[in-house]
Amino acid sequence: MNLSDFFRKKSSGNVAKDRLKLVLVSDRANCSPEIMEQMKNDIIQVISKYVEIDIDGLDIKITQTESEGNNGTVPALYANIPIREVKTKKL
Amino acid sequence: MGEVIVVTSGKGGVGKTTTTANVGTGLAKLDKKVVLIDTDIGLRNLDVVMGLENRIVYNLVDVIEGNCRIKQALIKDKRYPNLYLLPSAQTRDKDAVTPEQMKMLADDLKGEFDYILLDCPAGIEQGFKNAIAGADRALVVTTPEVAAIRDADRIIGLLEANEMKRTHLVVNRLRMDMVKRGDMMSSDDVVEILAVDLIGVVPDDEQIVISTNQGEPLVGSDCMAGKAFMNICHRILGEEVPLLDLEGKSGLLQRLSSLFKKN
Repeated sequence: MNLSDFFRKKSSGNVAKDRLKLVLVSDRANCSPEIMEQMKNDIIQVISKYVEIDIDGLDIKITQTESEGNNGTVPALYANIPIREVKTKKL
Repeated sequence: MGEVIVVTSGKGGVGKTTTTANVGTGLAKLDKKVVLIDTDIGLRNLDVVMGLENRIVYNLVDVIEGNCRIKQALIKDKRYPNLYLLPSAQTRDKDAVTPEQMKMLADDLKGEFDYILLDCPAGIEQGFKNAIAGADRALVVTTPEVAAIRDADRIIGLLEANEMKRTHLVVNRLRMDMVKRGDMMSSDDVVEILAVDLIGVVPDDEQIVISTNQGEPLVGSDCMAGKAFMNICHRILGEEVPLLDLEGKSGLLQRLSSLFKKN
């Protein structure tokens, strides 16, 4: 928190709104933090077979996105996986 | 052919019964023939809020089990010519009724009444399943608090999964002074989070407590909550009514001072 944040404290209404938005994303996806963690580890395992990834920079979350059909927003799995090096097969 | 509307919320204590009583009474005031059904078996409340607790002979479970005819169990509200109540049973539990039985009862009543309002119990168990089974439309009541909104979101998901045709949101107990200070989520915030159609915003109003004490719904009276509930009734009938100005009777001086406060 920097100095200007300190003087302009976020209103509790906005805090509530932000907290709710976060908790509803996981509620709606029926996905607990434990399951997310397991999924993350599995994804790391699979991808590491082919490329070397930056595990610290890895970011996986469930978000809402506009669907291509006309049924409004749908949950989507968002994964940002930075690659360090593509593993070349040994000859 | 009547319409069956379930009033639900997930969380308890947000105003389901108050909303059912006021919206039902309001529709009756607008010359519709209305029956209110308390589906909260074991925790009967709608009768006291309506002020009809002394007139109960038969109840919902008696009708379902065939101990009496529907007509015998319906309590006519003498204050309004078109308003009836079917009270819940106090000494039984939720499994005394199945969703199929509730649907049959609602379908039976559709021939006789314009609106059948079901007051749903809190929670998402048997009682909730019973209440939504025969409903054509749902009013989801919430207050602008994190716990109530979270539960409302769950309920909205369950209603969608059960193919509810129409779902509308009632934001209850809003305090405009707190919203202005930034210490309460506004109705716009709630709608943004839940992404359902808003059918009304009811301000927090002491008059509600007084009217419940007396067993007389305040819909249509001159207070803010009375006006807000009447507007919901008009919107249920398909009329376009602008949202109530919850700032109240602010005089010129107040408006000027609030203008200065903003800058």
